[in-house]
Formats: sequence, C-alpha cells, structure tokens
Amino acid sequence: MRIPCPLCGPRDRREFYYYGADDYLRRPEEGAPPEAWDAYLHLRDNPAGVTRDLWHHEMGCSAWLVVTRNTVTHEVISVRLASEKEAAK
Amino acid sequence: MRLQGKGLIDRTKPLAFRFDGTQYTGFAGDTLASALLANGVRLVGRSFKYHRPRGILTAGSEEPNALVEVLEAGGQQTPNTRATVQELYEGLAARSQNRFPSLKRDLLAVNDLMSPFFGAGFYYKTFMWPRAFWETIYEPAIRRAAGLGKLSGKHDEALYEKAFAFCDVLVIGSGPAGLMAALTAARAGAEVILAEEDSRMGGRLLSDAGEIDGQEGLAWASGVLAELRGLPNVRLMTRTTVTGAYDGGTLSALERVSHHLADPAGRPRECFWRIVAGRAVLAAGALERPIAFEDNDRPGIMLASAVRSYVNRWGVAPGRKVTIFANNDTARQTADVLVAAGVQVAAVIDSRADAPTTGDYRLYRGATIVGTQGRHGLEWISVRDANGERRVETDCLAVSGGWNPTVHLTCHMNGRPVWNPEIAAFVPAENAVPGLIPCGAAAGVFSTAGCLADGQRAALAALDALGRKAPTLALPKAEDGTYAIHPLWAVEGARRAWLDFANDVTVKDVKLAAQENFSSVEHMKRYTTQGMAPDQGKNSNVGALAVLADATGRAIPETGTTTFRPPFVPTSIAAMGAGGRAAGFAPQRFTTSHAASVERGAPMIEAGLWYRPSYFPRPGETNWRESCDREVQFVRERVGVCDVSTLGKIDIQGADAGRFLDLVYTNTFSTLKPGRVRYGLMLREDGHVMDDGTTACLGENHYLMTTTTAAAGLVMRHLEFVHQALHPDWDVRFISVTEQWAQFAVAGPRSRDLLNSILDEKLKPEDWPFMACGPVRVGGVAGRLFRISFSGEHAYEVAVPARYGAALFRDLVARAETMGGGAYGMEALNVLRIEKGLITHAEIHGRTTAFDIGAEKMISAKKDCIGKAAAARPGMIGPDRDQLVGLRPLSPGKAIGAGAHLFKQGEAAKRENDQGYVTSVCWSPTLDSHLGLAFLRNGRARHGETIRLVDHMRKTDVLCEVCDPVFLDPTGGRARG
Amino acid sequence: MRYSGLKVITEGLFGNKGWRPAWRNPEPKAEYDAIIIGGGGHGLSTAYYLARNHGMRNIAVLEKGYLGGGNVGRNTTIVRANYFLPGNSEFYSHSLKLWEGLEAELNYNVMHSQRGLINLFHSDGQRDAFARRGNSMVNQGDDAILLDRDGVRELLPYLDFEQTRFPIYGGLLHPRGGTARHDAVAWGYARGADRRGVDLIQNCEVTGIDIENGRVTGVQTTRGAIRARKVGILVAGRSGQVAAMAGMRLPIESHVLQAFVTEGLKPVIDHVISFGMGHFYISQSDKGGLVFGGDIDFYASYASRGNLPMVEHVMEAGMTLMPMIGRAKVLRSWGGIMDMTPDGSPIIDKTDIDGLFIDCGWNYGGFKAVPASGWCMAHLMATGESHAVARRFRLNRFLTGHLLDEEGTGSQHNLH
Repeated sequence: MRIPCPLCGPRDRREFYYYGADDYLRRPEEGAPPEAWDAYLHLRDNPAGVTRDLWHHEMGCSAWLVVTRNTVTHEVISVRLASEKEAAK
Repeated sequence: MRLQGKGLIDRTKPLAFRFDGTQYTGFAGDTLASALLANGVRLVGRSFKYHRPRGILTAGSEEPNALVEVLEAGGQQTPNTRATVQELYEGLAARSQNRFPSLKRDLLAVNDLMSPFFGAGFYYKTFMWPRAFWETIYEPAIRRAAGLGKLSGKHDEALYEKAFAFCDVLVIGSGPAGLMAALTAARAGAEVILAEEDSRMGGRLLSDAGEIDGQEGLAWASGVLAELRGLPNVRLMTRTTVTGAYDGGTLSALERVSHHLADPAGRPRECFWRIVAGRAVLAAGALERPIAFEDNDRPGIMLASAVRSYVNRWGVAPGRKVTIFANNDTARQTADVLVAAGVQVAAVIDSRADAPTTGDYRLYRGATIVGTQGRHGLEWISVRDANGERRVETDCLAVSGGWNPTVHLTCHMNGRPVWNPEIAAFVPAENAVPGLIPCGAAAGVFSTAGCLADGQRAALAALDALGRKAPTLALPKAEDGTYAIHPLWAVEGARRAWLDFANDVTVKDVKLAAQENFSSVEHMKRYTTQGMAPDQGKNSNVGALAVLADATGRAIPETGTTTFRPPFVPTSIAAMGAGGRAAGFAPQRFTTSHAASVERGAPMIEAGLWYRPSYFPRPGETNWRESCDREVQFVRERVGVCDVSTLGKIDIQGADAGRFLDLVYTNTFSTLKPGRVRYGLMLREDGHVMDDGTTACLGENHYLMTTTTAAAGLVMRHLEFVHQALHPDWDVRFISVTEQWAQFAVAGPRSRDLLNSILDEKLKPEDWPFMACGPVRVGGVAGRLFRISFSGEHAYEVAVPARYGAALFRDLVARAETMGGGAYGMEALNVLRIEKGLITHAEIHGRTTAFDIGAEKMISAKKDCIGKAAAARPGMIGPDRDQLVGLRPLSPGKAIGAGAHLFKQGEAAKRENDQGYVTSVCWSPTLDSHLGLAFLRNGRARHGETIRLVDHMRKTDVLCEVCDPVFLDPTGGRARG
Repeated sequence: MRYSGLKVITEGLFGNKGWRPAWRNPEPKAEYDAIIIGGGGHGLSTAYYLARNHGMRNIAVLEKGYLGGGNVGRNTTIVRANYFLPGNSEFYSHSLKLWEGLEAELNYNVMHSQRGLINLFHSDGQRDAFARRGNSMVNQGDDAILLDRDGVRELLPYLDFEQTRFPIYGGLLHPRGGTARHDAVAWGYARGADRRGVDLIQNCEVTGIDIENGRVTGVQTTRGAIRARKVGILVAGRSGQVAAMAGMRLPIESHVLQAFVTEGLKPVIDHVISFGMGHFYISQSDKGGLVFGGDIDFYASYASRGNLPMVEHVMEAGMTLMPMIGRAKVLRSWGGIMDMTPDGSPIIDKTDIDGLFIDCGWNYGGFKAVPASGWCMAHLMATGESHAVARRFRLNRFLTGHLLDEEGTGSQHNLH
C-alpha cells in the first residue's frame, strides 16, 4: 500500500502510523455530554467502502493526514493535511 | 538416458552429485530432476499420507512429488526443495524425505494398505477415546507420520537480503508474450524490469520447437534478449519469481541468488524484492494439468509438457517406451517431439473420439486409461476403448488434461477468476489486481502468434495508462494453431485416482466430501485438504472442482471458482525476514555514556530501543544487589551520577505554547515563569495516564518538555496530533531534541559541590531553589541545568550538546568517585524512586487513572485538558478502583515479588477475593526493609491495614502493612534543602 | 450417526458408502423461536447451546456464505486461558474447561491439543507483568508456571539465546494452553446443532432486521422474510453492517489480521510460543506446517488480505527469535477481519431493542472463546440475563468507563 503524502509524494505504507477514523478530528467542546465523548472516542461508522481516516507520516515529514480510501479494495482516493481548515468537515 | 544432439545443457561441464548417498553425474544446465531422469532414477519421493512411491511429475516450481532435502556442509539442510527447480552444481547432495528407513523400503507404506480407513476427514471421527490418549499417543503418532522434509534444527546462518525496486513496467515471465511486452515497453523508453522464475529466459520456447520470424523460436528470443540487455532502461532478472501482488502497485519477488552455486562466495542465498511498478504485465504462461485415473501417481507418469521439456531442453528421454494420454492436441505434439528425438512412442491414448490421426504410432481414439502397474515405477497401463481393455507396456506416461492459465497473482487481491468454457479453464477476471495486465497464456491465449500479439497489446495498454506514447512494433510471424480440448477430468473407476498428489487426495475423497454435505468448494477443500499441499492446488484445484461439480450435479461455474493466496511459490521465512536475524530485528539506540559504562563493567540492559547500565560492579561485589545497595547509599549520603539522556526531550516554542501545554497536561503550565520547572501529568483522551514528566520554562514562550523513555515517541506523535488536527491555528512549534542533548542526573547531598567543581560559575543557592532551571557553562560549553529530583535527594540534571556527553559523563563520575560517590545504574534508580513512591510505567501501565495514583487534584478544574472528560466517567473513579499504596512486609526481611496479588488476611487466594496487585518492589538499604508499591482496592482508605500478599509464581505468602507510597522523607525536605 | 474408531473401520470395510451428511440443507421456515445471524464458530456454538442447555429446538442459523467461513476458519488455532483482568479471567477459564470436554460433547475430534503455551518475556518489568498474569491464572484455578531463562531453554532449546535482539529472560508456561483444528470446531458444533434440530441455512444473507415498537420481529434475507422474537447477531468482521440494520453504531473498527503457514515439516516445534516484543506467535500443526502470525495490519480494512510491511515484520521476528525456521517456506498467507474494540475485550449483551442480542468485538482472540461465547450468548438469549462469567462484556462499558483493557493501550481500536 502506498500513500501519496501531500508534502513528500507517494510513500510506502510502512512510513506511516495509522490512528483511526476521522471522527477524531471533531473533538467535543468541554462540558459536552458523556454520549458525545463516547461517540468521539469509541463509536464508529466503520464502513465497508469509502472511509476517511487519519495517518501520521511519522517516518517522513511528521504531517497528520486525512486519507480518503476504500476499506474493501484498499484504493487510496485522496489525501490532505489534517491541518487544513476544511479537513474536519 | 541422454539423447544425442538435444538439450541446452553444456556437455563439456559434467557435474558430480549425490542423491540418497549414491553418486551420479549430470551436466551444467541440468536441474536435479533432469539429471536424475538422465541417470534413470524415477523413484524420488514418498507421498504425504499413504507414503506412495512418487517420481517427477513436472518440470517447474509447481512440482508436487519430487521434493527433496538439499544438504549443506555443517549439517544445514533445505527441506521440500523442488528437484525440478534446483539447478545442479558440483557436489550437490540431496536426500529423499518422508520415508523410513529408506526410499525403497518405507515402513509407513503400510498406510497405503489401510487407505479404506484413512479417507477424507477420517480423523475427525476417531481418536477421541480415551481423552488422555490424544496428547500422549494419537497426536504424537500422527505428527511423526505427517510432515514432509526436516528442518536441521540449527540456526540458519546463511545470508539473505531484501531490496526495493521501482519501475514503470514490470513484466512477469519471459516467454513469447513476456518478451514481446518487455521489448515494446523498453523501446518506448519505459523503465522495465523483466522477471523470470527460471534460470534462463524464454519460457516454453526453451522446450517447444517452433519458428518465430522465420527462425527457431529460441533464436528469436536470444535476439530480443540481446537487445534488451543492451538498453539502460531494462533490468533482466532470472531466477526471480514474482510471489505476490499487493496494494498500490507493489509486488513481491523472490530471487534465488545462489541456490545454483556450490560456493556462494559471499553472495546471499536469496533476495526478497519489493517491486513498485507503475504497471505490471502478467505473462506467466499456463500450467498443464493432469487427468485423474486409477493409480495415476506412479513414478514415470508425467505431464506431457514436462516430457517435452526433458527431451528438448535437457536432452533426456524420460522413458524407453513412452505412452501419451491426453484430451487435447498436446498428444500429437508430444508424440512428434518424442519421435523426432528417436524415443519409442508405444501408444497415444486420446480421449477424444475425433482425435486427428497423424504420425507413426499407435493411436487409441476415444480411449482412457483405467489402471496402471509398477511398484516403484510404471511398468504398464490398461487402456480401454470401444474395443475393450488392453495392457500396454510402458515406463513413461505423458499426460495432458489441458492447460490452466497462471491466474494466481490475479487472485491475490481477492479477484475471482472466471470460467472460460472454450478452453475449459479459469482465466483472470477483468482488472482483478489494479494495474496488473494479464496476457498470453496467462490470459488463456495459447498459440505462439497469439501470445506475441497479446504481449504487445498488454505493454501498449500499460504504456498508455502511464501516459507514454509508444510505437507499435511489427509482430513476428509464428505458429497460430487452434487449441482443441474436450474436457476429461477423471476416468471412472473403482480404485483410487489422484487429484492432489502431494496431499494424497483422490476422486473418492472429493466424492465422500460431497456425500457428507461438505459440498461447497471451500468445505470440500478444507475437509479433504485438497489444495493445501506444497503445490497449493496448482495441479489439482480445477480437477477437484470439476469432480465436485459432477458429484453434486452442478456445473463448474456454479460450483465455485478457484483462488490462490500469496505467495505464488513457497518462500523462505529467512528471505522475507532478511535483516531480522540477531540484533537486526529492531534499531539499537546508545547513549553517549555507553562506552564508559561498558568499560566500567556495567551490564547493559534494554530500555525500549535504548541500552542503559543496570549497575556498576566494583571489585569484591558478588551480585547485583551489593552494587545496587552501594549505589543507593552513596546517592543518599554523598553523590551519584546517572545518564538520563534516554528520557524524551521536546523543545516547544511559540506564542501559544503555554496554552498548548495547558491542553495536553492536566495541570497548568501557562503560569510557569522562565527559569522554573513543573511536574506535569498527561492523560490520553480516554482519561488514562499517558505519561508524566517535567517541563521547564526556558524563556518566554519557550519550553522544554521531558517524557519517560518509553513514551517519548508516543508523546511526540500525540503533540503533533493535538496541534495539527485539533488546533492548527495555534502558534506553536515543537521538535524532538532527545538525541541532541546528553543529560545526567547528579543526585545526593553533595551534588552541588560536585557541580561547582565543573561549572564555569559556581551555583548560588538562592538562584537555584528546587525546581529551578537555567543556562550554565561547563568547561566553556553552553549547557542547561535543572534542579529536579527523581531520587528525593538534593539533585540536578545537567545537559550539554550530545557531542560533549561522553566527556562530561567521565568527568562527573571521576569527580563523584573522589567524593565517595560514583555512577549509578537502573537498579539503584529504581530503588531510589520506590523509596520515594515515584511512579514509572510499572504503575502507569495504561489502565491507571489520575485518581488511582492520587493525582486527581492535578486535573485542573479551571481549564479543559486532553482526557478530562473521559477521566470523569463513573468507572474511572471511586472506591471500586485499585489505588496506589505502599507495602512493607511485617517482617522487613521477607522478600516480596512484583506481580503478587493481594488478599484480605485470612481469605483464600482466589479470584473472587482479589484485592489488588504489586507493581514494583525493592530492597531498601536506606530503610532496611523490602518495600513494594501496589494497587489496592480503595487503598488510600486502608493505610495501616495488614494485607496478605500471595505470589504463586515465586511461592511466597507474606503479610504486609499497607502504607503511604512515599516511604522516605514524606515532606520532601531533602530534595528542597 | 455416531462417530467412532469402530465406525471408521466398518465403513471402510464396506466402501465408505454409509457415511451420511454431517448436516441437513433445510429450507428456511417462516418463523423460528430464535434466529442466529452468522454461521461461524460463535453463531454455531450459540445455536448448539441454546438447544442443549435451554431446550430450544426451533432455531435457525443464517449464514450468508458457507458454515465456518469466517474467522473460525482463518486463525492460528490457539486455545488458552491466560488473561489476567477480572471479567476476562473467569470467561476464558470457563471456555477452556468446555474445550477440554469438547470431543466427548460433540462426538467430533476437534484435535484440541494441550501442548503448552509459553509467553516469553525480555525484561524485569515484563517478568513482573507476567508474574501478575500467572498469579491471576492460578487464582482463577487455571495453571501457570514462571520459567527462568534456563527453564525456557530446556523446553525450547532452538531459540536464539545468544544473539536475539531482546534477550530471553524467561517465560510464562501455561501447560493447558494449546491448539485445536479450527475447521473441525465449526463442523463439530454445526453437526451437533443440526442433530438437535437446528436449521443451518447457508447462502442466506440477512439484509434487514425487522423492528416494531422497539421489539425485534424477524429478519429480511436473500431467501425471504423470516419471523422470530429473538435474534442474535454473531457476525464478527461484519458486526457494524448488521448492527446498522437495527440502527446501531458500535464501538468497533474492522481490521485485517494476517496469518501464515509453511510447507509440511517433520515435528520441530512442540509448543505454542508467543514472543511479545516481536508480536509473533507460532505453533506446528499436526500436518506439519508451522502456523504463525503477528499483529494486525493496523489500518481499517474489510479486505481479508494484508500487505507486505506486516508480513516482513512477522518474518523478521521469527528470524531473530528462532533462526532455525529460516529454511521453512511459507506456503500460504491469508487475512481475517477482526472486530477491534476500544479496550480489546468483547461484547456479549442485550441491545436497546427488545429481543435483539449481540455478540461481537472479539478482536483477534475469538477462536478460543468459541465454546464459552456460545454458552454465554445462549444463556443471555434464553434467560435475558448475562451469564456470570460474561457479565462485564457490556455494550455500554465505554460510556461508563468500566473497561477491560488487558494491553493497556487505550481507546484506540487498532492497538489491542
């Protein structure tokens, strides 16, 4: 598997650390109800198909990436930096 | 026996080799199989289950029978080596396997007589009584009988390598289709890798005569190869099998670098390649398949294509009187080759009633073989046709049941091949592996002309996809015959007819599976073990599927499909694990004081990837405890030096740095003044403790965070996440400086004296209160000093750029020694921190909350922090939690062990009564007692209680008093003073 | 039909014509008392114990493919009871006891082989953690022995004690740990359930779950609607999709775990060995193949296949620990889809919908749990109450913070 890092170009999967679904981008506000934290930390759509998840180019540029890819075919569809404003949407 | 004037072997280079101790001679260019056949050796192995005598079936890596152990000097050996792939070298020694005491007289051949009781899945129905016999009698007997070759049991000390390669077009296979594809891509300027499993390029052209472009096929291939060899953008790789197709255009390949050499002369045995290809062209050809008939597994029964290979490529006649049995035109082709080579063709049995008549040999049309005979090698066959049954003497039977395209790689990403009734075979599904383009025989195109055209088509498709313009080359002229097959999978009969030779799966077994309702193809395979043998069903999957379809009254496509998983050929663990041997498995990190510590005799122990000194022995000390006790004592009474560089150090800067620290730590850092250090607790977002450490404010908006050694990478990644993913607009930047600074703890009542002896300016006590930090100069070098303590003593940590670390450590230790102190290691460090109740990852093991360690008040109510919400969940707090306590044995001399569990006094040591467990223990020379840290149910409310500590592992049962975890100097006067 | 050595011999003498189907191929009925979605190990054992322990007869198992086609048929076959957290300890202990009587119970040889499992440790800290684990096991009534380096050397002389990257300090021996023939477990339960009247319906995919007024009433399938007042979801690998049919979002992320088997070899490894620092575990099957595996591929996946980085990592771990296996050749690799939960422990619980139950989240420890999971799920479905040994496998424990995190790696799904 290869991931096109927006900063480094296509790199082997072994350079990246996988975290989880992009739900982690949408951290609840302080004081949000426990259910909101449960949804943020634990509950997942976990689609068999296109998903967006978070990868860290740990052995490269250190960028956190939002990767749109297919969990059935492993096709990587697009990659953007997590730090982009639109990333969390 | 050799055939004069035939073969691509070098008759000027005879090679001596041994098989089962007997000396033979072959020639350069031989495989072990061809050399054995040339010497008239037909019996080569024994089958897996029935221990049937077996010979050579194929001429390639799909060989199911001729598996041998290749022996090396020194006792190393390679089991399950395909004699059909192993090239001959001078002195090669091989041994047959899975037989006792000898290949000819194998005692377990008795299994063959027992076969009525050993049908598919028989073992699921018996060996159940008595229960205790399974591990003691039945299973050991089964294990000894099963298995094939033997591992030597010795470490594999040979060299192996791994490599990456990148190209535009990877061409897999070098037959007509592959050569044409490579040539097309190469002339277009693409970076091309041409990978060929065989030791020579050419594919079937090496074995089957035929003209291309008006010359011998092989001559045409040589011309193409000469051109390719001359191009800088082409890499030719022989002895290289592409073994797997993975995501993103990555393919794996195994190169047998020195299997063919008597002396590898420093070269690796194998190299495991990871090839990243823009596009790959699969031109891996097709595999001929056998036909199932009674006793079709005797030595001497071979695939027809293999017979032609042995004749044409190796100049070997596999028999004196050869017969041929086929359901397609291969029969005629094979007979012609044999006749041309001067080998007698005793009969051709063609199952097609309309088989064409040619040639000067006896042809049986619409005929089948219904039996064979010959104990250690074929002697005769029984042929049945419309006129009845007759016996034909023969010592070699060439069989062809048609061809299966080599679809294997196209299955590796879950693609399912599709049935093509015209060729009665599965062909690759469309785009089964993205970027992998099947062509030629691998795509079901069987004529030479068709393969040439298809190879070019595939290359052009690849180039087009890569955005390259390419000229269309004129196609060379070649044979363009049709392929006529009339499927015949199994000949009806009462006796056993083999489908899967290696695993001894017969037509009867498949029918029995169907009879017992294991009728899905997956159930049949798992129940009979068909397709699970070393050939992975290459010779049997389609035939078994056809028999199953017949037995269940279904057509082949509705019965199922065949699939294959990586690797395409069995691949050694050593090759795929190259580099992992010994210390190569993980990086090793060394501190700047490593050499000095080793010189002082310190045992170096792993701390994550780092190595740290365990203790520093002195003459006269007989065990680690003596050294450790001494080191603890001099820290408590005088001064000690310890390398703490392995702790993570993260430099954090920016206008929002304080705010950022407030978010990642439970407590507040934005109020920390320059020149001050604060202890911080960091939670995971799920509310458990992630790490702890100190952060120093070096200046305005400039901090230096320290992490534990174990969590340095984790914390760094976490900080990056919090910044980039949650607050990318905050003005904060950070970088790991762990390796840029060497840092040493100088601890003990005389630590200031020691530092004053090396610092350019003496420390003024009023400038350096507890938890102060600031710049210092050490011998003219700019360094940093932190007044922090992990021992509870008056202590400092001094940091200098890493290149000065070695010198500073030696200097500090030498001076400490003159003061009655010295260097201390991890053992003493551990005792010092336990005496003070300070935690490490033994306590913050990932299930610990701030509440558990009594630090819930460190979660600031005034601000948000990572983990704050989750830490407030009801299950994370309260009296049901195990809380950190200290333990002192009622008899101070009684040792206690970490990992012991706690029980109320007088209660039985069982799970229902469990009250907690011990995390850390030590002998405290300061307090003259064993001490422990533990997590005890509602422990903070139980100080003073006597608790029972049971350690079944070390057989101890000790009563302890529960106490505060800070055993020594609870007010902290020593560190502050 | 009862299986026995005698039966094998008499059938063999008469041409093996008398063997009858291991199970029927029934048409689905319009209504059942209970429906089990998923014909894998857990679904089949649940159906079996519903019939055996709770006297239910009118039960269907609905399987979209073939019986035992999920993770029960694609694992490394390890059976053990060496957990240390209360909540897990008693469950796996119960499961191991069921394993020990499984052949007699099912009249099917699942080849449960208690050859002993050894978890190696490589530092003082790890020794202490394994001592804690071993003590938990003994406190639970199971067996554990803490071996020092020489103790390990005696059992496993072929390990690389001199050069391996993480020196071997010792190991925790679990003598009752071992392996079993994975497919046989599914087939044994299937045959046993069928003999007790359970309808095993293959090639029947559930496409919807019918719910009226907060109560389950049946399921929609590719073979028509089937009514039932009780429905159990046991579809590890696809739990999220099936639960979504009932409007549920689960604390699960799906990951691929690869495993490997070599060509057959004469006996060379007699135990199950687990190498924590390399995340590598290995045993040798009765057929002679070395069966081994490592960690998940770490990215969410439903592909049943993995990639090279983990393949290579596993092989490298094998080479540093036991370089004598270098010449063994990997014959086949495969992948299974794991339900990864935020604490690494499973879920056996009711849902908010009356009559709908779920058993999922086995991470990659589901195989050894097959007997007890079925036992406890059947108990739950029949009585409405959690079984005593599975009472902490609650669906809402992540909300409340009552976690069962053996690895201590926290709420990140892929780290367990």
